[in-house]
Amino acid sequence: MSDADIVLVIGLEVHVQLQTASKLFCGCSTKFGQPPNTQTCPVCLGLPGALPVLNKEAFRLGAIAGLALNCKISPIMKWDRKNYFYPDLPKGYQISQFDLPLAYEGYLETLPEGGEPKTIRIIRAHLEEDAGKSMHDEAAGTSDSRIDLNRTGTPLLEIVSEPDLRSSQEARAYLDELKLLMTYLAVSDCNMQEGSLRVDANVNLHIPGPDGVIATPIVEIKNLNSFRAVERAIDYEAARQIDEWEDRGLRLGEAPKRTFGWDDQKERTVEQRQKEESSDYRYFPDPDLVPVTVTTQFVEQLQQGLGELPAALRARLQSQYDLDAYGANVLVNQGSSLVAYFEKLAAVSGNARRASNWVQQDVLRVLNETKTNIEGFPVAASQMGELLRLVENGKLNTSRAKDVFEEMFQAKLSLGDAMKSLGIEEVSQDALVDLCRELLNANPKVVADVSGGKQQAVGALIGQAKKRNPNADPGSVRKILLELIQQMG
Amino acid sequence: MSLLQHSATDLLSLLQSGDVTSQQVVQAYSDRAATVEDQVHAILQPTWESALERAEEIDRRRSAGELLGSLAGLPVAVKDILCTDDFPTTCGSKILETFRPPYNATVIEKLRAADAILVGKTNLDEFAMGSSTENSAFGPTHNPWDLTRVPGGSSGGSAASVSADLAPLAIGTDTGGSIRQPAAFCGVTGLKPTYGRVSRYGLVAFASSLDQAGPFARSAQDTALLLDAISGHDARDSTSANRPPTSAFAEVEQPLESLRVGVIREQLGEGVDDEIRVAVEASLQAFQQMGASLIDVQLPHARYAVATYYIVAPCEASGNLARYDGAHYGLRVESPELGSMYSASRARGLGEEVKRRIMLGTFALSSGYNSRYYLKSLQVRRLIRNDYDQAFENVDLLLGPTTPTTAFRIGEKSDDPLSMYLGDLFTVGTNLAGISGLSIPCGFSAAGLPIGLHLQGPAFSETTLLRAAHMYQSVTDWHARRPPL
Repeated sequence: MSDADIVLVIGLEVHVQLQTASKLFCGCSTKFGQPPNTQTCPVCLGLPGALPVLNKEAFRLGAIAGLALNCKISPIMKWDRKNYFYPDLPKGYQISQFDLPLAYEGYLETLPEGGEPKTIRIIRAHLEEDAGKSMHDEAAGTSDSRIDLNRTGTPLLEIVSEPDLRSSQEARAYLDELKLLMTYLAVSDCNMQEGSLRVDANVNLHIPGPDGVIATPIVEIKNLNSFRAVERAIDYEAARQIDEWEDRGLRLGEAPKRTFGWDDQKERTVEQRQKEESSDYRYFPDPDLVPVTVTTQFVEQLQQGLGELPAALRARLQSQYDLDAYGANVLVNQGSSLVAYFEKLAAVSGNARRASNWVQQDVLRVLNETKTNIEGFPVAASQMGELLRLVENGKLNTSRAKDVFEEMFQAKLSLGDAMKSLGIEEVSQDALVDLCRELLNANPKVVADVSGGKQQAVGALIGQAKKRNPNADPGSVRKILLELIQQMG
Repeated sequence: MSLLQHSATDLLSLLQSGDVTSQQVVQAYSDRAATVEDQVHAILQPTWESALERAEEIDRRRSAGELLGSLAGLPVAVKDILCTDDFPTTCGSKILETFRPPYNATVIEKLRAADAILVGKTNLDEFAMGSSTENSAFGPTHNPWDLTRVPGGSSGGSAASVSADLAPLAIGTDTGGSIRQPAAFCGVTGLKPTYGRVSRYGLVAFASSLDQAGPFARSAQDTALLLDAISGHDARDSTSANRPPTSAFAEVEQPLESLRVGVIREQLGEGVDDEIRVAVEASLQAFQQMGASLIDVQLPHARYAVATYYIVAPCEASGNLARYDGAHYGLRVESPELGSMYSASRARGLGEEVKRRIMLGTFALSSGYNSRYYLKSLQVRRLIRNDYDQAFENVDLLLGPTTPTTAFRIGEKSDDPLSMYLGDLFTVGTNLAGISGLSIPCGFSAAGLPIGLHLQGPAFSETTLLRAAHMYQSVTDWHARRPPL
């Protein structure tokens, strides 16, 4: 057996924070970054006697996400209590969904970089409330801890994949696609820095042997604070588990599931202390929240309102605009606003391919350079479209057009003002013809050369035309000169 | 005639006509409390001072011709498990001894909106867990009819307050009989409304699927008055029924025609005191004489009710009481380590019975036992509910004894929780089924202790129960008797 025969098996648990204005069971704001304990009320503080009331918007967003993940939606909306003690959990239980998740049995199509598209099955997606934040002051060796309950009760959707992923690249592709989908649907902003998207990875190995495949004990990796960290942690853990297998030979079931944390600085996973009571959460239905029937009508309405999801959009961009798969992918992965920008640009300019090239090369370049997004982009698609039309009609060459684009962006000018500012004016056909006549009259030798078959002689006049009028388009000048010479002949 | 002898309904008309002022009423009850409260200990937190201020304000508003609420100027005592933002809410527990909620329960808000006057937070078994009020961390309440005996529980303080004339009206809560059993022991009228009829917001939870707040008074009519004021839908409680407040007071005097009374024969046999059986049978006859027909009814699963209740309620309680951990509010026993802080705070802050129930519930929910206990209890609960549904196809209400015995002596059952639990035999089914139940006085034992008649009706049949009770109270005077205090 070689390492190459070992199969890496990965399942991901992703928590996304739903983009609601208020918390899951009370009216407190979900705004990030406010002073500690300023966004709380008796309900999310878990004060005696306070009762939860479901935020219907959170349920709606959760159901939309479930449908977009091709899940079935549970016909009954039920809540359960997950019981455990921790200071950032003021009720002593988390309201979650145990045996009837909001959504179940779905899948997500992913596009691993350089690989074939791959379907990853989704086990379930359920709603739950977030806990608060504990801040431990361990530096001075004191036992001081501070608790911020602003986040307590924020709505989360936990999306659990089947262990269908086989490499860190596939995990990355899954996360990219999931994030894209959630942001397309405005279900979540998926901001990892603010904790709106959190990932735990379950990793083990399948090792082929003479008596069939052997599975090794599963390790859960936590504290993954970027997609890059997910990839590196999985790669690190795969190598570590192979070593461990070779050292100890433990199989699944022979050791309990262990939890490791990813240390981003040291670039390694570190085993975490096992929580003693973590094994038994004593789930039971929350009697404060009555089960609610989810009607098929409601689900159908949501399904119809989903709109065009990224996978369908990629396909449409390819067929409708004749883009290649790579181009369509680049546009779609930037989000729906950029796609909308592209589509407007394509329509106004009348050349989708050119529009796609300009968006990919020029628009994305300046967005990257300035670390901004398309929502705040100063060059309107309609203006940009007019610019591309000038190129299309030969009234402006590409290099001049790029200057104009740069000016429109830098100085935040309209197309007309940018051209004026660069001294570019459209030269009328009559003016061009007059100019060409003048040049031909002054250069009978060129006329003779061209008439004699030396077409390239006309080049000297094009240069002179450009000198006389910098806005003269060389292509047009050439065309007019040749036509006039022919008439003269 | 002393103001204390008037019913709440009478006091209301005296107040409205200007014959008495609210200050006079509150003062009369306050004077009464000064003479008897030492012996009864019904009230944990008296609020007479603020009550007199409120009374003055209401009198002023009344004389200014303002429109006043339905309970304007009437004193009400409230079980100390409903949150009040101006007084501590202890739940009878050391762990919440200093806890002052930053908000009011919906019931409290409704009482305020009705211009009722809060005169005290009453004693109770810790977190409403108990049937004698002996489980209060702040000492037991004594039964006004015999101070050596318990008032029942867990709403013993509220029942004793009405019985001992400390207030004409009181609010209790009933999870397995905690309004009706003390009403029976103290000789007053107590109603457990249908689950969802009265908002639970701000009622500190014991068992969320069973808890319900309800009124105590000296008569069905007064009970109707108070129910109307506290009932109705509340958007802050997802389990609150989407129904308007009751209008029982307006209908309570209308007799019920061709009333069909179901008699639960099993509840008049073995295990029930003879004196209680005799009193209940006499009540049945009284109903018959008023034109009611008596129909024997079977509740085949009723004998599993106590066992079911003592799984369901502790399971929910084990979760509901997890929040009392010393971390955020209430008692904390400092300790260098989190786990030991939790256990020390809970060990010192919670009483024996509360710990017993938390352990029962934790056990019954734990992995491997969950289906054997918790899930099974939910199935039996369904069967118990079905029994009631079937019974109510043929009868309008069920009659039986509220309790198998009269009030027992303080300390008599303290070491025998099981026999204490069995005392809940007739009342827990009502909560498991989520229907309405009422206890009214129907006689006295030879020892001079009150006996309670239990009326149970379908969901949202409170007005029917109160009308039937009013019919009975129109031809009997058990409810008018007062303890020799």
